[in-house]
Amino acid sequence: MKKEPFLQVSKRRNKARWQERLLIRFIALILALIVCGAVIVALVKMNPVDVYKAIWDGAMGSERRLWQTIRDTMVLLCISIGLAPAFKMKFWNIGAEGQILIGGACSAAVMIYAGDKMPTGLLLIVMFVASALGGMIWGMIPAVFKANWNTNETLFTLMLNYVAMQVVTYCIVFWENPKGSNTVGIINQATKGGWLPELFGQKYGWNVVIVLILTVGMFIYLKYCKQGYEIAVVGESENTARYAGIQVKKVIIRTMAISGAICGIAGFVIVSGASHTISTATAGGRGFTAIIVAWLSKFNTFIMVAVSFGIVFMNQGAVQIATQYGLNENASNVLLGIILFFLIGAEFFINYRVKRAKK
Amino acid sequence: MKKALAIGLAAVMAVSMSAPVFAEDEGKGIAKEDLKVGAIYIGDENEGYTAAHMKGIDEMEEKLGLDDSQIIEKTLIGEDEGCYDAAADLADQGCQIIFANSFGHETYILEAAGEYPEVQFCHATGTQAASSGLSNMHNYFTNIYEARYVSGVVAGLKLNEMIEDGTVKEDACKMGYVGAFPYAEVISGYTAFYLGAKSVCPSVTMEVKYTNSWASFDLEKECADALISDGCVLISQHADTTGAPTACEAAGVPCVGYNIDMTSVAPNTALTSASMDWGVYYTYAVQCMLDGTAIDTDWCKGFAEGADKITVLNDKTVAEGTEEKVKEVEDALIDGSLHVFDTSAFTVDGKELDTYKKDDTEYISDGYFHESEYGSAPAFDIAIDGITSITE
Repeated sequence: MKKEPFLQVSKRRNKARWQERLLIRFIALILALIVCGAVIVALVKMNPVDVYKAIWDGAMGSERRLWQTIRDTMVLLCISIGLAPAFKMKFWNIGAEGQILIGGACSAAVMIYAGDKMPTGLLLIVMFVASALGGMIWGMIPAVFKANWNTNETLFTLMLNYVAMQVVTYCIVFWENPKGSNTVGIINQATKGGWLPELFGQKYGWNVVIVLILTVGMFIYLKYCKQGYEIAVVGESENTARYAGIQVKKVIIRTMAISGAICGIAGFVIVSGASHTISTATAGGRGFTAIIVAWLSKFNTFIMVAVSFGIVFMNQGAVQIATQYGLNENASNVLLGIILFFLIGAEFFINYRVKRAKK
Repeated sequence: MKKALAIGLAAVMAVSMSAPVFAEDEGKGIAKEDLKVGAIYIGDENEGYTAAHMKGIDEMEEKLGLDDSQIIEKTLIGEDEGCYDAAADLADQGCQIIFANSFGHETYILEAAGEYPEVQFCHATGTQAASSGLSNMHNYFTNIYEARYVSGVVAGLKLNEMIEDGTVKEDACKMGYVGAFPYAEVISGYTAFYLGAKSVCPSVTMEVKYTNSWASFDLEKECADALISDGCVLISQHADTTGAPTACEAAGVPCVGYNIDMTSVAPNTALTSASMDWGVYYTYAVQCMLDGTAIDTDWCKGFAEGADKITVLNDKTVAEGTEEKVKEVEDALIDGSLHVFDTSAFTVDGKELDTYKKDDTEYISDGYFHESEYGSAPAFDIAIDGITSITE
C-alpha cells in the first residue's frame, strides 16, 4: 500500500499577492504574541497583557521615551541601510561593528582635537566626512582582498571587528578622563562642540533627517540605478555578471566602499548625535542586529524602517519590564526571539503552498 | 456610606497631595509617602558590585519604612546615552533623588543634574560633583581602603603561618593582586591591602596585574592563574567577579575577595573579603530628603560609621589569633590612632614621602596621607616600594 503524506508542500508558482503576504505575516505575529503570552504565564506566572502594556509603556509611554525609541531606531536603520547593498551582492559583511567603531572613533577624534578650532557647521561636516571615510576604508580592505585574491569575506570582516575594537581601546588610552579610568566620558560637555544641534526643537531631529535621506537614497540606488542593478546581478551569479560585461572586481570594491561609509556614518550619528562619547561598546552589537533587519526586509529600505522600529521597540520595552516587574532584560530577548522565529517562519508559507493531501 | 467614604478618601488625598507643597514652602523635607527614589545600576543582581548596592537600597527602604512602589531601580544601564535616558526618565517619573553606581555614569548624570535642578543626583565613585558647581550633584564612596587594610592584616597573618610551617620561605613571600584598571581607586585599594599585610609580615612583596575590565570572570581567573604561576602564594582582587577565587580554589592558594563573601566558590581557600555597606549612605541621603537638609557634596565614611567591613572570617583557613588581631586593628582605625597611609610605613624609591600634591591640594600632613578627605573618590595613586605592577 502506498502511503500518502498528510500534507503536501509545493513551491508557489506565482508569487503570493501582497495582501496574502501581509495576511500571512500578520497571522504569524498574532501567533507569536500568543506563544509569548504562554511562555510568560508558564515561566513567571504573570498576566501577559500587563507585560505587553509595560513594553508599550517603556517604548512609547512618554514623549521622551518615544524620542529615545526613534533615536535608536534611526541608528539601527542607518546600519541596516549600510549592510543592504553588501548583502544584496551576497558579500557577507559581518564587519559593521568595526566599521561603526572606526567611524565613531574618527568623529570623536575630530571632536577632541578640533572641537574648539572650527565653527560648528564646518566641524560637523568634517566629522561626517571623516567618519564616512574611516568606515569606507574599513569596509574596502576586505573587499579588495576578496576581489583580487578571493579571500573569505565572512572571516575577514569579522576579524576586522576585533581589530577595530583594539584600535578604539588604544585611542581611549589617550582620550580617557581621568587617566587610567578607561572611560572617555561626554566629550566637550561644556562647549557642546561637535554635537548635532537641535532641529525644530528636537534633540534628535538631525539624526532623523540624515538617516531618512539615506533611506530614500539607498532605495533609489538599489532599485533604479544601473549600479544597483549590477549589485543584484553580481549577487545572483558572478559568471552571469562577467558574461554581461560587468566588471565584478570594481562592483565588489565600490559596493563595500558604500556599505562601509554608511556604517561609518552610523558611527557619526551615534557619537555626535546620541552618546557624545566613544568606547568599545559604542556599536553595542547593533552591527549584528542590523543583519537580521536587512534580511527580514529583503533589502527594501522602507520596510527596514518598520523592522528596526519593531526591534528597538522591544529593546526599550525590555528596560521597562526589567524595572517594573524585576524581570531580567533577557526576558525580552526571549520574547523577541519568539517573534523573530515566527516572522522568519512566515517566509516559508509565503514561498510555499501547504495543502492537505487528497484522499 | 459610600459618599462618606468618598469624601474621606478625597480628604486624605488632598492632604497627602498638599503636604509637600506646604513642606517646600517652609523649606522642610518631603513627606515620607511622597518620596520617590530612583537608582541606576551598571549591572544587575547577578553581579557582585551592583548586588551590594541593591542590598544597600533595600536596607535604606526598610530602615526608613518606605514602600516598594516608592523605589524605581534600573539595571544594566551602560555608560552611554542610556544612562542619561535612565536618569531623565526617573526624574520624569517623579523621583526626587536619583543614585547612579558606576564611574562612567558620571558625565551623563551631570548632564541630567543640569537639566533637573530640583532633583538630587548622587553618583558613586565619581569625582566631579564639587567642581561642577551644581548644588544638586553629589559624589559618594566609602573608605574601602580601611577594609582593604584590615583584609591585608588577615592575609599577612596567613602568610606568617605559612612561613612558620615551612610552606613558604620568608624571602619568597609574594602576594598577587588582580586589579581592574591602573587608576587611583585601584591603586589606593591594593596599596592599603599591601600595607595591612606588611604591618604583620614585614618581608612581604606584591605583584599586581590588570584585567582592564571591571567584571570579567574569565580574565580574572586567567590573571590569577598567571600570578600563581609567577610564584604568588596569596591572591587578592579589585575586580567584581568570582574569577580569582575560583582559580585559587583549584590551585589551593589562599585568597582575599572583594564585595561579597567568597566561601561559596572557594570554601577551602577564601580567607575573607573587603566589602562595603552602601546602606549607610543610602539611608543618610534619603533621610536628608525627608529632613529637608542638604546632602554632602562629597560623602565618604568608613569603619567608624559601619560603611566598611570585612566579611565573616573563614575559620577553616585563617591563621590562629586572626580574630583578636582584626578586632585590635579595627578599633585602632575607629579611634583614629591608626592611619592606613602612615608615611612611616612605606617608602617610595627608598625614601619616605613628606609631601604629595594633586591639583594644588597637599595630601600629606601629620605623618599620613589624607585619603578621601578632600573628595570622596580615592586619591592615592603613588607607586610604593615592594609592589610591582605589570601594565600590558
